[in-house]
Amino acid sequence: MTPQTEEAVNMFSKELALHAYRQMLRIRMFEEQVNELYTRALMPGLAHLYSGEEAIAVGICEALKKEDYVTSTHRGHGHCLAKGATPNLMFAELLGKEAGYCHGKGGSMHIADPATGNLGANAIVGGSMGIATGAAFSSKYLNNGLVAVCFFGEGALGQGLLYEVLNIAQLWKLPVIYVCENNLYNEYTHYSETTAGDICARATAFGVKAETVDGQDVQAVYSKAKQLIDDARAGGGPAFLLCNTYRYTGHHVGDINREYYRTKQEEQEWKTGRDPIQLHGERLLHEGFTDKATLDALESEVREEMKAAVEFAIATPYPALEEVEMHVYA
Amino acid sequence: MPDTTDRELTFAQAVREALAEEMRHDSRVCILGEDVAEAGTPFKVLSGLVEEFGTNRVFDTPISEAGFTGIAVGAAMTGIRPVVDIMFGDFLTLTMDQMVNQAAKIHYMSGGKWKVPMVLRTTLGASRRSAAQHSQSLHAWLCHVPGLKVVIPSTPADAKGLLKTAIRDENPIIFFEDKMMHHKLKGPVPTGEYTIPLGVAEVKRVGKDISLIATSSMVQVALGAADMLAEIGISAEVVDPRTLWPLDEKTLIDSAKKTSRAIVIDEGYGRYGVTSELASVISEGAFYDLDGPVLRMGAMHVPIPFSPPLEDLTVPTEKMLFDAAKKLCSKS
Ligand SMILES: Cc1ncc(C[n+]2csc(CCOP(=O)(O)OP(=O)(O)O)c2C)c(N)n1
Ligand SMILES: [Mg+2]
Repeated sequence: MTPQTEEAVNMFSKELALHAYRQMLRIRMFEEQVNELYTRALMPGLAHLYSGEEAIAVGICEALKKEDYVTSTHRGHGHCLAKGATPNLMFAELLGKEAGYCHGKGGSMHIADPATGNLGANAIVGGSMGIATGAAFSSKYLNNGLVAVCFFGEGALGQGLLYEVLNIAQLWKLPVIYVCENNLYNEYTHYSETTAGDICARATAFGVKAETVDGQDVQAVYSKAKQLIDDARAGGGPAFLLCNTYRYTGHHVGDINREYYRTKQEEQEWKTGRDPIQLHGERLLHEGFTDKATLDALESEVREEMKAAVEFAIATPYPALEEVEMHVYA
Repeated sequence: MPDTTDRELTFAQAVREALAEEMRHDSRVCILGEDVAEAGTPFKVLSGLVEEFGTNRVFDTPISEAGFTGIAVGAAMTGIRPVVDIMFGDFLTLTMDQMVNQAAKIHYMSGGKWKVPMVLRTTLGASRRSAAQHSQSLHAWLCHVPGLKVVIPSTPADAKGLLKTAIRDENPIIFFEDKMMHHKLKGPVPTGEYTIPLGVAEVKRVGKDISLIATSSMVQVALGAADMLAEIGISAEVVDPRTLWPLDEKTLIDSAKKTSRAIVIDEGYGRYGVTSELASVISEGAFYDLDGPVLRMGAMHVPIPFSPPLEDLTVPTEKMLFDAAKKLCSKS
């Protein structure tokens, strides 16, 4: 371990470690309820679950300030929660209710929340790369010290926009971190069939520093993110962080039969051997930060929090019909 | 068209059959798109094609719409007949430079020397609770550009016959499929081989009091409204242009002249849209025979909202069309 990373690891204090655990659990339990809503036919449309990838959103957002910016994807619940969103308002949005973050206009794929620096989830693959880079541009222009994080799946590496903004971000030394969540699949196609060459080399070709991290290890993600974010904030320019991960369930909640593109065994291996919550829980126990009974109690507490949020969302009303024509123009 | 049998296919099956037949006939025809091979597209429209034709004819691409559409343009110029799959019509925006500045103009700019025989298949239509970036009907954008042809079928039989023609055409063609019709709409499809020429509208229901000019998903809406109108003694004619460019102006105008009233209904936005253009064509051509203004009915002028009660307001319904038609007929 280099002295620098040792220092970073040390920065992951007991308090932070426990908070990270709770946050990952909240994302997992949030999505448990999303799936439940889908199977009970209570949720309109579809949703893309983040289960298995929690350590990335949490590791990165723990290294950000509340005012820092994030942009998210169609698989965005984890990013929103990790950045500080409230489950009640998220579930209300998922059900298209007035109380939702976007008055029900956005739904699962478009949650946005200025109060937590969330510029919005995006249903166009790669669609937020310009937006995140633009937020970094304004940070530099206004000299306000904010950093922008652009979350995207490895499928978005196919979008030309990425290479345009990487080039500009490096030329102009913009404080933006491009976080590539490689969960191995672009929908139903393995990424190796769509991605030539070395992923990080795409960033380093522009002189953008690139790092790779185990996306199942929240502490490792946090440590790397902290370095890159602090550096960007200090004027060091953009960075690219490749996080290797896996989505546990289908591309979306309706993608049930997956055997034609990946094996049950592969899914099982990730779930049992590389689960970010389990791994981090073991670490907490090993460090003596907590005990098993406390973790179990936390799980019930968080599950109850999410169930209550769902109940809130179900009970709260739809927007008034007049709202359909509101918000088209500012 | 050969005799229709009692064979019924879904819209998706009809599209797939057209592609399979053309791929069997012509080894130059190939498919490019995201998750088109083993997955058969997320809408399962292309299921089975890779099994028959292999991955040398059905190409799974990276998520690079501009890139693979551009490749299709170049491939079409140099001896291939690519059929590009753009999963959601909303992603057309990513292909626009390739379609508008490249594909549409190459034949003209080269003084007729190069040709771009390609088809871009994509979707339109809201109502899936998919929100603003997965629900748009952007076909009017393409109709605006000289050099492109735009096909917008409303039935399985039309989809099959028109897609076959499109694949054989020498020009870049955009082919729009309503994603709600893929598996929900079934209809008779002739068993034998047939094609349908571009630029020929079809009267889907004969009537005498009012013409409902409808496209794609809105044809079913118009037929439903026509049933409702019949109950109150109004005889509505439903006309489907089937291709927006080339446009069968004569059939639309003749219908309006005959009935003296017309409403144009299309799922795109009305503002500067398909309904505006068709209404102008009818107004100009049938003005002296009309008993009222030609009305337009399209999507509400808002990004499509996610919330179900709001989304339902944005798309024209049978009831809205019925009310508008009834009112128009009572005025004169
Ligand atoms: C521009 C664009 N093309 C295609 C799609 C359809 N689509 C939605 S998600 C997805 C796969 C994305 O894969 P990846 O970026 O790896 O994200 P993941 O779903 O794995 O999180 C595709 C092709 C889209 N939303 N936007
Ligand atoms: Mg992926």
